[in-house]
Amino acid sequence: MSEKKIISERAYSMNRRNFLSKTSIGLGVASLSSLLGMSFLKAGENEVIKSAINNGIPHFAPKAKRVIYLFQSGGPSQYELFDHKPLLRKMQGQDLPESVRNGQRLTGMTAFQESFPLAGSQFDFKKYGKAGIEMSSILPYTSKIADDICVIRSMYTEAINHDPAITFFQTGSQQPGRPSIGSWLSYGLGSENENLPNFVVLLSRGTGRVAGQPLYSRLWGNGFLHSLHQGVQFRSGKDPVLYLNDPDGMSREGKRRILDKLAELNHQQYEDFGDPEITSRIAQYEMAYKMQTSVPDVMNVENESDATYKMYGPNSTVPGTFAANALLARRLIEKDVRFVQLYHMGWDQHFNLPEAIKKQAEDVDQASAALVMDLKQRGLLDETLVIWGGEFGRTNYSQGKITDNSYGRDHHPRSFSIWMAGGGIKPGMVYGETDEFGYNIIKDPVHVHDFQATMLHLLGIDHERLTYKYQGRRFRLTDVHGHVVNDLLA
Amino acid sequence: MKIHRHNNVFSHTTLSEYCFGTLFITLIFALLSSSCSEERSLNRKVSTFSERIPDKIDFNFHVRPILSDRCYTCHGPDEAKREAGLRLDTEQGALTALGKELNRFAIVPGSPDSSTLVHRIYAESTDDIMPPPESNLTLSPIEKEILKKWIEQGAEWKQHWAFLPPENKVPVVSDELNFVRNDIDKFVLKKLKENGLSPSPRAKDHYLLRRIAFDLTGLPPTLKEVEKFEGKVDEYITYTLNKDAYAERMAAEWLDLARYSDTHGYQDDLERVMWPWRDWVLHAYKNNMPYDQFVTWQLAGDLMENPTREQLVATGFNRNHKITQEGGVIPEEYRVEYVSDRTQTFGTAFLGLSVECAKCHDHKYDPISQKDYYSLYAFFNSVPEKGLIQPYGATPEPFIEITDEEIEKTLTFINNRDTATLIQLMVMEDMEKPRETYVLNRGEYDNPTERVHPRTPETVMEFGDRFPKNRLGLAQWLFDPANPVTARVAVNRLWQMVFGEGIVSTSYDFGNQGALPSHPELLDHLAIKFKDFGWDQKKLLTYILSSGTYQQSSKLNEDLLRIDPENRLLARSPRKRMTAEMLRDNALAVSGLLNEDLGGPSVKPYQPEGLWAEKTGGGGGSTAKYVQDKGEDVYRRSIYTFWKRTVPPPSMMTFDGASRDFCVVKRQSTTTPLQALVMLNDPQIIEASKVLALNLYHETKEVETQITSAFYKITSRKPSSDELSQLKDLYFENQEDFKTGNKTQELLSVGQFDIADDQATPELASLTSVILTIFNLDESISLS
Repeated sequence: MSEKKIISERAYSMNRRNFLSKTSIGLGVASLSSLLGMSFLKAGENEVIKSAINNGIPHFAPKAKRVIYLFQSGGPSQYELFDHKPLLRKMQGQDLPESVRNGQRLTGMTAFQESFPLAGSQFDFKKYGKAGIEMSSILPYTSKIADDICVIRSMYTEAINHDPAITFFQTGSQQPGRPSIGSWLSYGLGSENENLPNFVVLLSRGTGRVAGQPLYSRLWGNGFLHSLHQGVQFRSGKDPVLYLNDPDGMSREGKRRILDKLAELNHQQYEDFGDPEITSRIAQYEMAYKMQTSVPDVMNVENESDATYKMYGPNSTVPGTFAANALLARRLIEKDVRFVQLYHMGWDQHFNLPEAIKKQAEDVDQASAALVMDLKQRGLLDETLVIWGGEFGRTNYSQGKITDNSYGRDHHPRSFSIWMAGGGIKPGMVYGETDEFGYNIIKDPVHVHDFQATMLHLLGIDHERLTYKYQGRRFRLTDVHGHVVNDLLA
Repeated sequence: MKIHRHNNVFSHTTLSEYCFGTLFITLIFALLSSSCSEERSLNRKVSTFSERIPDKIDFNFHVRPILSDRCYTCHGPDEAKREAGLRLDTEQGALTALGKELNRFAIVPGSPDSSTLVHRIYAESTDDIMPPPESNLTLSPIEKEILKKWIEQGAEWKQHWAFLPPENKVPVVSDELNFVRNDIDKFVLKKLKENGLSPSPRAKDHYLLRRIAFDLTGLPPTLKEVEKFEGKVDEYITYTLNKDAYAERMAAEWLDLARYSDTHGYQDDLERVMWPWRDWVLHAYKNNMPYDQFVTWQLAGDLMENPTREQLVATGFNRNHKITQEGGVIPEEYRVEYVSDRTQTFGTAFLGLSVECAKCHDHKYDPISQKDYYSLYAFFNSVPEKGLIQPYGATPEPFIEITDEEIEKTLTFINNRDTATLIQLMVMEDMEKPRETYVLNRGEYDNPTERVHPRTPETVMEFGDRFPKNRLGLAQWLFDPANPVTARVAVNRLWQMVFGEGIVSTSYDFGNQGALPSHPELLDHLAIKFKDFGWDQKKLLTYILSSGTYQQSSKLNEDLLRIDPENRLLARSPRKRMTAEMLRDNALAVSGLLNEDLGGPSVKPYQPEGLWAEKTGGGGGSTAKYVQDKGEDVYRRSIYTFWKRTVPPPSMMTFDGASRDFCVVKRQSTTTPLQALVMLNDPQIIEASKVLALNLYHETKEVETQITSAFYKITSRKPSSDELSQLKDLYFENQEDFKTGNKTQELLSVGQFDIADDQATPELASLTSVILTIFNLDESISLS
């Protein structure tokens, strides 16, 4: 409500100053739109937010301008990817000592299991890069960018199930209703692009577990923030944004005529009623019209070079795959979209883990690495923060029986791994450490709220000062917690 | 969607100047408007206070909002976080001796110099200044002055306004403009005069009829009605209230509050059957069930003496919360969540208090301790329910089974279209031996501490021994004549429904952090009226809609915009953007496509393909893939659209629909580019345009008449000659376009409604495009 009014107020002041005094309806619609464009309206909104609420964002010099978040939905197993635990192989099949579990609550899927047989990774690990970061053999491409990324092996969360855990990561609260990270950033930082949404969401489905975990559109919801801050899903297929396409039979010229007529008639309505909301609506219709060309333009990857496709891998030519989305993410970033959120489904390997996780890794490994390299070669990595990770980790013991070549893993909140790159993150390092069972963190724990606080910090935002007052309370992405992890900062 | 972050024209300074230059000068109004748009409050308070400090400082209106917002986090109701033993939320606490020697006082009435509070807020050292820098909170110079002056004037304390009993004090006011139509207007007029404003003239009848029709039914007036009731606006109110569509409009509001959904809401988001409860809501509104009974049945129908089946159905209200089926969750963690949801819903919907803020610790701002919270929670904690749906897809207990025979005989309001299946409906029930309730430390299900018993927050009204200690007693307490909040909260919501903003703009929060009422005496007057009317909602709505205040024109002028941009003083009627439901229903109604069936299972109208399927993990059963309905079901009113919580209907969400994840009593009302895309490209709007075009085409071949008629139907007024000629120009230009290629056939085949080949002419296509344009006019999207 409040932002709407801010917008109205800005529109009003503009009307007073520029619109009524300088224009008549004889003015062309093109200039009308430039007068009334979103740039103007949201500038007002943004100024108010900055000056009154957040004590002036940026609170300090930002390292990153934008974010690509490669969310791996389902909970990728750290033991097969980034956290090498030889002891598990040695103790294969033996029970997890109670002293290690130490009261950790378990999900209903393994809580009643008679034993907790430890399971070592079936994939070998090697050291990569100057810092000798250990990664497994199913990450042949990510291992090549070892010098560019920072692997955090000491992430932990509070939730033990997907819905609350993923909601927690994306909104800072386990229960739905709060704005997601992208919405907070859109609200706090505003937009730098002309004709595209500020917060774009891309989905892809993994091959490791086709029937896995669902996604929820509330994960990119604006919560109590203005709906301009909601994530807009870009979809492969003929209608890349919902309702973007003109109806069949409607030509662009026809649509243009309709919009011009609408602007004229709405302007007459404005003269009659004096309601600034009307001018705001005229501007939003213009913006919608622009999006109708800008969205297909950015999604049209035809002019990408063969070298690029080769770098991102064969799937990058198949719309809707992770690889294609990663490439698209780079294109969106180039257009100054603030936050691009990918979701790749299928990391929930309760059973048959070795085979399934290999496929999942194949889905994303090459394109994730390519994205980092591509940003780097274009000089964009320094100001673009790339994040790769899921909502929690997996248990070091098997869910169900271990066989010669198979096992599964349940959800584990106490320790898991993610990586970050670019945007002010210290490259080529490992942060944090787990015990030899991989079960508990023994050094430098990073809570989800710490991760969020650090991300905001890189964008020049003090997470305690990015607030929105709703229902009497000043809400934050990090709730009342979170500490910036200074060791991660370049 | 561009934001210039370094925009020279609208720099920081310019904005401040603007605020200074245009804001209203009296303090009371400043406070009102500041708190009604919460996010702006800091900025506006600063600017407005600078204009004038009132001669007489009022604790409730001037002081408490400052103390609450800047001081209570550390010096408020939350005992655990209280610093230096000082609390400023009670008079006693504020006057208590402090320090080791007990020789210092935060507040010494009449003596700012001896008051530590004054020294601390004016302190220059960062060690001493209050609020401390790390709180990220500050006091403006004016706010400091107010606190100081209040102490100077004797630091008079008052109880929070919302907890004082309402009083009916109708003001005497001279009415030179003949504005007053009933007592409501006297309150409004008095305040306008105090602020040097006059009410707006009465709106033209066609605007009023349209406004009344949408406010009360969510549908446009028919042309016949517009003509028949011209000059008989008050009669039209009565007429409209008697339509079934009234029940649907009221239900639309109630479904948000009750967080109604057709799915369970977590993870796989399985389908549930709650629509028979919705049918009951429609039935209750249709028969104008008094509000006290309406709420009592929903809260405690099962606990009434020999409850009827209908009363049991009503209790479905408290089972509308989300329920998980995610394998692996710890059931108790989620059961606690469900009880919390009921508690929160009760607080928001009926008390206007954010009780949920006291779930993990004492409330930071309002006098609700964590113990109070769990005592309220205890009322809802004895349901024989499980935290996890098992087996997958089962109806969560407790539920009743409704037979076809019952529907035929007693529960006739249930519109069951599939008589072959037995309905299992979740309802409320209490275990014979109530479940023991404990304060949960930090709100954690596995961290119980002190045992508590059912009790309500005392600051609202004591629960005492008069009421049974169960949900029925809770309902009796709620509707006890001495309860100060119930009627206020309810009438405020009805006011919000027709005026866009409540008298208390934070209709969800009447507490210390909530907005102050713009017209406190009017709110009281309405609360008392509502009870005098026997909690009759139709009567109250008639009273409000008959007022001169409601029937004003919504036109703005420079003075109104400058002095009262948010229309808190009501010198005009608001211009409101239609709700998501209204926009779609309007298109269906004017095109004649609308299916007017009342009640029944939810339906699946047009929705972009693949939205559910692309997000499902493979589970979900009937909610894994959206299978669009065919035929008449596509054209039902929007309250019947199937609501999948994790992927709600996108066009409704674009127009600020509530997610239904929890109780919502006030939606946002925004304007965004995505809304323009929906209105221009949603097949439902295109199809409605085409069908209306066809209807008009059948009536006349005269283009001018066709356009006039379409305009009239959609906006309830005839176009001006200029508007008509512009639309005619558009018609002929587009017509040329539709003569080329297959454009005509393509446009006219949008939607399931078939148009015969010989009728698919460029003329019809062009008329369709003109009607689409009219649907997109601001006037068609708004209520003027």
